[in-house]
Amino acid sequence: MAKVIPLETRSMTEARPTSRTSVIDISKLSLTFETTDGPVHALKDIDLAIGKGDFVSFIGPSGCGKTTLLRVIADLERQTAGSITVNGTTPEMARLNRAYGYVFQAPALYPWRTIARNVALPLEIMGLPKSEQDTRVRRNMELVNLQGFEKKFPWQLSGGMQQRASIARALAVEPDLLLMDEPFGALDEIVRDHLNEQLLKLWAKTEKTVVFVTHSIPEAVYLSTKIVVMSPRPGRIHDIVESNLPRGPRPLDIRETPEFLKIAHRVREGLRAGHSYDD
Amino acid sequence: MTGQLLRGGTPPLPVIAFLCAFIALFRPLGANIAYGAAEPLFALAMVGLAFGAYAMMRFGDRAAIVAGLVASHFAGAVVIAELPEVGSHPFGAFWSGLVAAWLLAWATVGRIAAVRTRNPTWSRIIGIAIPALFGIWILILWEALVRGLGVPSVLLPAPSAIGAKLVSEVPTLAADFRQTFLKAVLIGWVLGCGSGFLVALLVDRVPFLRRGLLPIGNFVSALPIVGVAPIMVMWFGFDWPSKAAVVVIMTFFPMLVNTVAGLEAAGRMERDLMRTYAADHRQELLKLRLPAAMPFIFNALKINSTLALIGAIVAEFFGTPIVGMGFRISTEVGRMAIDMVWAEIAVAALAGSLFYGAVAFVERVVTFWHPSVRR
Repeated sequence: MAKVIPLETRSMTEARPTSRTSVIDISKLSLTFETTDGPVHALKDIDLAIGKGDFVSFIGPSGCGKTTLLRVIADLERQTAGSITVNGTTPEMARLNRAYGYVFQAPALYPWRTIARNVALPLEIMGLPKSEQDTRVRRNMELVNLQGFEKKFPWQLSGGMQQRASIARALAVEPDLLLMDEPFGALDEIVRDHLNEQLLKLWAKTEKTVVFVTHSIPEAVYLSTKIVVMSPRPGRIHDIVESNLPRGPRPLDIRETPEFLKIAHRVREGLRAGHSYDD
Repeated sequence: MTGQLLRGGTPPLPVIAFLCAFIALFRPLGANIAYGAAEPLFALAMVGLAFGAYAMMRFGDRAAIVAGLVASHFAGAVVIAELPEVGSHPFGAFWSGLVAAWLLAWATVGRIAAVRTRNPTWSRIIGIAIPALFGIWILILWEALVRGLGVPSVLLPAPSAIGAKLVSEVPTLAADFRQTFLKAVLIGWVLGCGSGFLVALLVDRVPFLRRGLLPIGNFVSALPIVGVAPIMVMWFGFDWPSKAAVVVIMTFFPMLVNTVAGLEAAGRMERDLMRTYAADHRQELLKLRLPAAMPFIFNALKINSTLALIGAIVAEFFGTPIVGMGFRISTEVGRMAIDMVWAEIAVAALAGSLFYGAVAFVERVVTFWHPSVRR
C-alpha cells in the first residue's frame, strides 16, 4: 500500500499511541463490489484499531469508502478479504448482541409511530419490559432535549429535531459503541454546531466509543480524538491524525485556537495529497 | 338589465335566466294554455326566477345564494308539476322556464363554489352542497327532458318512474341486495383479498414463488369473467358460492400484486435500521414492512370493492337461483321493465359507493401518516 504519511504526523502518531483496549480491530481488510462494469474496489488493505472511549472520525471525499467501512463494522456489508473484530467477535455476532447503535444520514424515523414510540422501537425488538422501555425512552429523549415532543409524529418536527430523535433512538439501545454516518450532513450550520456540542457533551458524559463519518474538516477536528483521512479509488486510509486537543467537552471557540487550526491544516493537507495522488 | 348585458362586464348566466323567465310568461305553455302567465303557479315561479336572477347580480353572497336556491328549485319543481297540464307536447314557455331555472341554479352553484370561508362547518356544508345540487339538477333535467320530449321508457325511464320502483319493490330489491351484495360480493371480496394477502406474504418469504406464482397469478387475472363464471357455476352450484368464487378470482390478483409491491416499499435505510437491531423476519414484517405496505394494500382493497360488485352481478347472468341483482337485471330487461333495471342499477351504485367510501374511510384512519392523508 502506497501510503504517504508526512513525517510530522507520523512522529505525532507515535508520540500519542492508543493505550486503551481496542474495541474495533481491522487488519488488511478489503471490500470489492462486483458490478457489470467490472470490480469496484470500495476498500483496500484497511488497517485500523479503535480504542475504547475513542471518538474516531472518518473523513474523505465521496467515494473513498468511509460509509462502506462503517457499514462493514455494523455488519451491513461484508468484507471480501482481511479480518475485522468488533468487541473481540465478528461484526455479525456484535450486531446480534446489539453491541452498537447506528445513526444514519437521514433520521429514518417511521412516520406511523410517534417520536416516543420511534425511540422505543429497538427496545420493543429487544423484548424489554414495558416499564424499562418507558424509562429508557424518557431518559434518552431528555438527553437530546426532546422532552415534550413524545406524542408528536416525525413529520411534525424540524429536520434537526428528527435527527436528534434518531440519536435518542440509537442511544436507547444503551450500546458502548455508537456508529454515526454523516448524521448532521443535511442540517444547517447553526443546528449542526449545536448538535456537535451536544454530542461531545454526551460522549464525555457516557464514555462511549464513537465512530463518526463526515466530510467536514471542522466537524471532524472539533469532535474527534482521532481522525482517519481516507482517499478514493481504491478506498484506503491515507493518514491517521491523533488530536492533541483536550478530551471531553470542548467549547465551540476552540475552533479558532492555533492548535485546532494546526490539526485542521494537517487533515486538509492529507485530503489534498490523497486527491493529487489519484490524478 | 338588458342595458347591463349590452354594456358587458356582468356575468351573463343570470341575465339569460332573467330573459328566459320573462319570455316564458308571454309564450304559450301548452296546447290549451296560451300564455305562461295564465297558469298562476307557473307565473309565480317565473317572477321568482326573475327576482332570483336580479338578486344574483345585485345582492351580496348570502342573499343572492338564498334567493337563487329558493327560486331555481321552486321553478324546477313547478315546471315538472306542469307536465301533466301541458300534455305530451309542451310549448315554448315550458322549455324557456326550464332553461331559466337551470341557468339560475348553475349561477347559484357557481356563486356557492366561489365562497371562501374559514369556518370548517360551512366549508364542509359547501363541499357536500355542490355535488348534491349538481345531482339534483341532473335528475330535474332528466325528468323534464324524458317526459317533455316523450322518450319511450324502454329507452330511458324518467327518474320518477325509477323512484316509484325503488319504493314499491323494496322487498324484491332487498332480497336481491342480500343475495348479491351481502353474500357473493362481501364474502368473495374478503376471501379474495385475504388469500391474495396471505399468498403475497408467502411469495415475499419464499423467493422462488415470486418467479413461479406471480406469472400464474397474472395469467389467472387475464381470464375473461364470462368464460370463468359458467365453469364456477358447474363447480360450486347455482347459488351464491359460485358468484363468490368469481369475485375471488377477480380480486385475488390485484391484492397479490399490490401487497408484494407494498412489502418492497420500505426504504433501504429503514430496513438497515431493522438489521442493526438484529430484528427477525416477523418483527421486521410487523413493525416496518406491513405498515409501509398499507397504502398499497388499501389501494387494492378499494380497486377490489368495485371489481367485486361488477364480478358478482355479471356472474349471475350465467345461471343463478331466482334472486340476485344480476338475475333481476337480465330477466327484467327481457320483460322490457327497464325502470326495474334502473332501480337495481341505483341500488348497486349506492351500495358500491358506500362500500368504497367505507374502505376509503378506514384507509384514512390506518394510513394517517402518509403524505397524501396527513394534515
